[in-house]
Amino acid sequence: MTAAGADPGAAIAATLGPSGGRKAAGGRRRKLTFDYVSFMVVFLGLPLAIFLIFVIWPFLQAVFYSLTDWSGFTPDMNLIGVENYIRLLNDDIFMKALGNNVLLAIVVPLVTIVLALALATLVTVGGPSHGPIRGLRNSSFYRVVSFFPYVIPAIVIGILWSQIYNPAGLLNGLLGLIGLDMFDSFAWLGDERTAMGATIFVIVWSFVGFYMVLFVAAIKGVPAETYEAARIDGAGRMRTALSITIPLIRDNIQTAYIYLGIMALDAFVYMQALNPGGGPNNSTLVMSQQLFRTAFNKGEFGQASAMGVVLAIVTLIFAAIVFTVNRVTGGREEKGRS
Amino acid sequence: MTTEAITTRGANRHDRKQQAHEHKSPSSSKRTFDRKPVNTPGDKAVGALSHTALVIWSLIVILPLLWTLMTSFKTTKEIFASPFSLPASWNFNNYVSAWTQEGIGNYFLNTVIVVGFALVIVMVLGAMCAYVLARYKFFGSRAIYYLMLAGLTFPVFLAIVPLFFVLRNIGLLNTLPGLILTYVAFALPFTVFFLYSFFKGLPDEIAEAAAIDGAGEWRTFFQVMLPMAKPGMASVAIFNFLGLWNQFLLPVALNTNKSNYVLSQGMASFASSAGYAVDFGALFAAVVITIVPVLVAYVIFQRQLQGSVSQGTMK
Repeated sequence: MTAAGADPGAAIAATLGPSGGRKAAGGRRRKLTFDYVSFMVVFLGLPLAIFLIFVIWPFLQAVFYSLTDWSGFTPDMNLIGVENYIRLLNDDIFMKALGNNVLLAIVVPLVTIVLALALATLVTVGGPSHGPIRGLRNSSFYRVVSFFPYVIPAIVIGILWSQIYNPAGLLNGLLGLIGLDMFDSFAWLGDERTAMGATIFVIVWSFVGFYMVLFVAAIKGVPAETYEAARIDGAGRMRTALSITIPLIRDNIQTAYIYLGIMALDAFVYMQALNPGGGPNNSTLVMSQQLFRTAFNKGEFGQASAMGVVLAIVTLIFAAIVFTVNRVTGGREEKGRS
Repeated sequence: MTTEAITTRGANRHDRKQQAHEHKSPSSSKRTFDRKPVNTPGDKAVGALSHTALVIWSLIVILPLLWTLMTSFKTTKEIFASPFSLPASWNFNNYVSAWTQEGIGNYFLNTVIVVGFALVIVMVLGAMCAYVLARYKFFGSRAIYYLMLAGLTFPVFLAIVPLFFVLRNIGLLNTLPGLILTYVAFALPFTVFFLYSFFKGLPDEIAEAAAIDGAGEWRTFFQVMLPMAKPGMASVAIFNFLGLWNQFLLPVALNTNKSNYVLSQGMASFASSAGYAVDFGALFAAVVITIVPVLVAYVIFQRQLQGSVSQGTMK
């Protein structure tokens, strides 16, 4: 999403918004000394200039280009209104890619969060049902190991798994060992039925550990008394997880959902590594791949910009849906802590 | 922020106490007033199941990595013979050919240059910008703040086409400085956001004291405020490093000159370009070369990194 592509902190910061902290010290009038003016020019002007030129200006240009038939390398450019968008709506391949993105944005966050939450719960409050609330022994080992994939570049994760899914790769070898010979030289990424599932697994694999650590931190922020009270009231493990843990860390879950969804709506790196061509019968094609191809292989820059705008709109709609769902289901009232 | 930090620290201390308690438990069970009951069979079963689940997940994470490491010593012929066979001879031929013939060494160097410069620049600029936004009131500061939010929210893909032409027009397309500038620009909003709340939380009195002592704006920032923001800077730097090191789209679109390739795109072209003629042994070696430095750094700094993750959510 940002240059810090695999960067959930971005989403975290984004949901934080401006904090209502103490007032800045700059309320009083300042003299326009050289010190002050040069300070403001360098401290604010320089970063802002870079940001405006390389981020905001391209965003605005993209919206404009999307209304033209520009091919990039010729100066002639005609405004053709929303024709690019209409063409996208009638483009079966792009709509298929959009569908795949929506599927990813629903499945990937759901599976990742459920798995991460389950593991985090085991690690933090999975210990004995008597005595102080605690997790399992040696749980920090699991935490360190699960986090490994997060520090591996996404493209390398993709390459690694494409070798594992290779007909002669690790997965088929393991399946052969336990006697499932029918998978001998089965191409997991080359079959329309399994390509998407295999891809989703790779993305989930790479993110579970990170969210596990995040949820562990969140659960540790819940006072132990809350868990003790629930236990005294006779709540079992399942009940505690569903009625105590999840409601109390729902803001963290919302952040995770938004970030994972935004990542799934992009998903460029993983797809490019696992199935650069879009997979069998375009079954793993995503919008970002189609955009990249349209722009840099075909040179249809106007059309590609329209795809970018669609991608941005879908992203915003997704974030809005997550926020709304969280609010409607009572996110704010149940909050136990700030 | 500060109160949260205190509670986190408190929670950690609580943890440590618990651990200490666990260690003592054999001896303390003699005490009559110790209410700690023995684990029930149910607890043991649940504990065993939980450990099993966690062990299975750990294996799913580790096995592919170990397999990659082992395979990186095999020849391409051995790789296709069987996924499990051990390499006939343990030597670093694959690593040598990946590093030199396939150009991984060159990509590695480019990545270090690009990420190194981009990281330093974005940390300095980001800290300065966040400081001004957080501690000075002026016309338009809210607008800038929301502009940064937009920069965080919209996908890079929206900007990629115009960005290509912006860089081409200023003659920086396919150059490392062009890539560095783009990295800085797209990592800036996150950096500013994170540090914004950090600078907001610093006490005013210290800046005032510095002003009374005659320090100018520049000096106040570099000698007083910036050192106080060190913990925040470290967290952001870790995240930015990982994000920039892993960056794929920007170099693939904006840096198409092969001698300027960074590691991520070099790996992608290595994996796909040669198609069937790929030297798979070297490919696995290249994967290991890419993973190992980051993984080693992670194992060394894992405490700090996991701390940063929690800090990010706790605020």
